[in-house]
Amino acid sequence: MGYPYSHEKEVPILSKYFGDPEARTLKGWKARGGYKALKKALGMSPEDVVEIVKASGLRGRGGAGFPTGLKWSFMPKDDAKPHYLLCNADESEPGTFKDRELLRWVPHLLIEGCLIGAYAMGAEHVYIYCRGEFFEANQVLAKAVEDAYESGIIGDDILGSGQKIDVTVFAGAGAYICGEETGLMSSLEGRRGEPRVKPPFPAAVGAFGMPTTINNVETLAAIPPIIENGGEWYRQWGTEESPGTKLFCVSGHVKRPGNYELPLGFSLKDLIYDVCGGMIEDRALKAVIPGGSSVALLSADEVENCALSYEGVIEAGSMLGCASVIVMDETTDIVHQVTRMASFYAHESCGQCTPCREGTAWVTTILKRIEDGRGTEDDLDTLIEVTDQMVGTTICVLSDSVAPPVQSSIEKFRDEYLALIRRGERVGAA
Amino acid sequence: MAKKTTKAGGAEAKKTTKAGGAKAKKDRGVAVEKVTLTIDGQELTVPRGTTLLQAAQDAGTEVPHYCYHPGLSSPAQCRLCLVEVEGAPKLLPSCTTTVADGQVVHTQSDDAIRMRRGVLEFYLLNHPLDCPICDQSGECDLQDHVFAEGREHGRGREAKRVLGRDDFGGDVLFYGDRCVMCTRCVRFMNEIEEKPLLTVVERGDRAVIDTFFDEGLEQSNWAGNVVDICPVGALVSKDFLHKARAWDLEHTDSICPNCSQGCNIELHTRDNLVHRMKPRTNLEVNGHWICDYGRGRYEWLNRGDRLEAPVVHAEERNTAMGWTAALEALKSRIDTLGESSVKAVVSPFWSNEDLGAVSRLVETLGGGSVVFRSPRAEEEITLPGYEGLARRKALAPNVQGAELLGCTRVGDDAAQGGLEDLMDHDGVVLVLGDALDDQPEGFAPNAALVVYLGAYTSSALASADFQFPVTTFAEQEGTFTNHAGRVQRFWPALSGPGAARPAWLVLGALLGALKEEEGPTRAEQAFGLVAKAVKSYKGLDYETIGAQGVLSAARVPVPGD
Ligand SMILES: Cc1cc2nc3c(=O)[nH]c(=O)nc-3n(C[C@H](O)[C@H](O)[C@H](O)COP(=O)(O)O)c2cc1C
Ligand code: SF4
Ligand code: SF4
Ligand code: SF4
Repeated sequence: MGYPYSHEKEVPILSKYFGDPEARTLKGWKARGGYKALKKALGMSPEDVVEIVKASGLRGRGGAGFPTGLKWSFMPKDDAKPHYLLCNADESEPGTFKDRELLRWVPHLLIEGCLIGAYAMGAEHVYIYCRGEFFEANQVLAKAVEDAYESGIIGDDILGSGQKIDVTVFAGAGAYICGEETGLMSSLEGRRGEPRVKPPFPAAVGAFGMPTTINNVETLAAIPPIIENGGEWYRQWGTEESPGTKLFCVSGHVKRPGNYELPLGFSLKDLIYDVCGGMIEDRALKAVIPGGSSVALLSADEVENCALSYEGVIEAGSMLGCASVIVMDETTDIVHQVTRMASFYAHESCGQCTPCREGTAWVTTILKRIEDGRGTEDDLDTLIEVTDQMVGTTICVLSDSVAPPVQSSIEKFRDEYLALIRRGERVGAA
Repeated sequence: MAKKTTKAGGAEAKKTTKAGGAKAKKDRGVAVEKVTLTIDGQELTVPRGTTLLQAAQDAGTEVPHYCYHPGLSSPAQCRLCLVEVEGAPKLLPSCTTTVADGQVVHTQSDDAIRMRRGVLEFYLLNHPLDCPICDQSGECDLQDHVFAEGREHGRGREAKRVLGRDDFGGDVLFYGDRCVMCTRCVRFMNEIEEKPLLTVVERGDRAVIDTFFDEGLEQSNWAGNVVDICPVGALVSKDFLHKARAWDLEHTDSICPNCSQGCNIELHTRDNLVHRMKPRTNLEVNGHWICDYGRGRYEWLNRGDRLEAPVVHAEERNTAMGWTAALEALKSRIDTLGESSVKAVVSPFWSNEDLGAVSRLVETLGGGSVVFRSPRAEEEITLPGYEGLARRKALAPNVQGAELLGCTRVGDDAAQGGLEDLMDHDGVVLVLGDALDDQPEGFAPNAALVVYLGAYTSSALASADFQFPVTTFAEQEGTFTNHAGRVQRFWPALSGPGAARPAWLVLGALLGALKEEEGPTRAEQAFGLVAKAVKSYKGLDYETIGAQGVLSAARVPVPGD
């Protein structure tokens, strides 16, 4: 069930109880079959749990799409060090709002996923790093954790299994970069939210110097149903390379924006015109950002045959990212939108790496100058070259994230830039 | 060995010590596994765990870098040291990537050069390029790298960020506009002094180094090091501000004279004046660091109230003479005295060679005692992040050397008093280096002979029978022995005034005349005589001591050290 709207083509697994206030309570959650998967997992060996997750083909929902079972198997075994599982609930990518709904409506689903993951990786402590501005989500989650502690689901002896796992909810303080996994670790440790160089990778040296795995909220929320029903069951949806269902956050000029849970591989065109009810006032589609602000824009033509799987969106010329679909109609001023995205990155760059610190700000000032009608055609070449200099040269990929929107917009909507540069004309300025 | 270098040669020398330093650290572990790789077509074998940057350095290639510093952690954030490693999907930071067998590394490939050009362009976007009024100019890593590999013209058309100047406290000024955000300064305070007085505030291109509100580097005892390690002119010394251009300074390897730690330093001089003291890397003594106490005390080397000619006192008159006449006069005085007991006072600011010559003279004249006075602090000032380094309580460079030569410390912690014995002595009174500033005029009135070998004019010794001008350590070659018994060499950075000569040369000539033999004419020979006299120096000579010093066999416990 999507939220706030739903559609019959949805496959509601994670989102089944969105909008259902009772599902938030421990009692309500148990009545809906909650914590069965945890019980089942505790009866299995940790290795078997990892195997089921591997078999499901679940890929990380935080943006990179890394296979979750494989990631879990990187954690060392019998190393006598404390292990940590960090749940990344810092959701801040412009256009993304799926984790927020999971946190608000099904906090126990997430806790259950965290506990199963912790058990599978021998982690004694789970930290849920929750975006600070999500006041409601933070409260709901804190209450759920408290209740789970009280009823022995979290703590020294979870569900009477003798297993000890603690869960702490940690509220962030408003920085996008703390969603990057190593930046998250720094922030959790009480340092500046600055990403760290890899290697060492978190599975070797992570939070507090200990082996650590970081997973997205949606990734961990998918764990309980997979454990309960098996890997093959999960693969009945989606494609070979992108199994399962995924929450799509749709925003922009559609009639019914919101979260929809659909099988991966779903048609982007159908998502816009069927699931979301089409474009507002039936205006023409201009562009779609299929995966949040860090990916390339798709032109209306490219949207035609785009399948929303990891591989499908790459084929169409962009990336699925965290499936944050931003739909833009013919009235959209692309230069303005791209400028806003660039200024977001300039604002959020942690400032450690020279190409990112200086590049994000420089790209933004050039774009602003173009927007103000003071740009030159050379500026477009400079933008391409400067963003090239920002790819593959920094500690984390925030820097790399600027190139796709900027370069794709110049490539696909060059005439809009030229109209501003040559004639001071703004396309579709409302 | 010429140790005096101008800027260009100095950079070269610094490079070699740096590379050597890194190697020394590695070599401490026994039997390290070796790895063979190729860097820029050159095959080399280095210990496993070596970073590509260090390996390249060993192979003679300096990979440009700002955030990396051999004495600090490596955040790999400046992104200037990216190199191409065959098989890697992107360029890798050479400061944190370690060597692997069969690795093929290119520091000069098209990609690596293009990326460095790009990174350097980013640096200049907000950089004021005020080199003409910047103290770092001439020894600036930004200037050097941009000159070598940067774009001819920047493409930035926007106004630059302006931060202005900030007083960070202590001797440190911050020119924020010049900062390249390498965070070396922050890491020094956090990791080495372990007093987090500096931090990065804000983020993105608003990020800037700052102190915490009204707390500043005046609370630090080691803050001068952040000026040294700042790769650009962002952190500068107030004391040195606009005093000299880097390329006009001569660099001379020396030893800090301000405590018994014996930190290795360079004296930077121009127009025969010391303008600043900079640390010289020696991982066995001071790493890359020196303390603010030591760094700030060099002005005495520039003192003007110097003895410039030998002076002989006769018939209530002081007469200046040439060395030959003065030494002949002294010799004939000694000849008329015959055997007599000697009481000498020396200064622990003078070299082993000088102190050794005094000992020999005392013996030759018939024996006696040698004392010294030495200032002493109540507290040590440690540097938590560098074991073994502290500003010691003994505030002179050669206390250990004096002790090893059998001299005894007298007087108080201000290096005053304790000379009652000498004052009343009726034999020979010999003074080296100590101007006896606390003593009354006409020191040792009953003495048969008073000889003062000093650098400075002395009121207490103004009517000594002989006053001989000698050079300070900064004006001669020689050695000090530090608190741990490490014998370390220094080289002449200044030329002494007038007829001033090293005390070992003067006394050597005198001894030569008295014993009818050749006195030493080179410092090395003078040290040879000391090495013969002191058991724990056995086998030491200038060559084995080298530029980094040698730990001698024994150490005399120095009271209060
Ligand atoms: C700048 C930046 C911001 C990120 N923000 C988030 C975020 O808010 N939430 C998230 O789950 N992952 C975020 N990621 C991705 C994480 O680094 C990490 O890949 C992810 O949490 C791993 O979880 P997964 O394997 O379950 O996808 C971000 C990455 C970058 C580079
Ligand atoms: S790429 Fe940007 S955000 Fe990421 S670590 Fe470097 S400066 Fe920080
Ligand atoms: S820091 Fe370097 S480049 Fe900048 S003004 Fe000073 S000398 Fe010039
Ligand atoms: S002040 Fe100097 S040392 Fe400190 S971050 Fe800036 S450039 Fe680096």
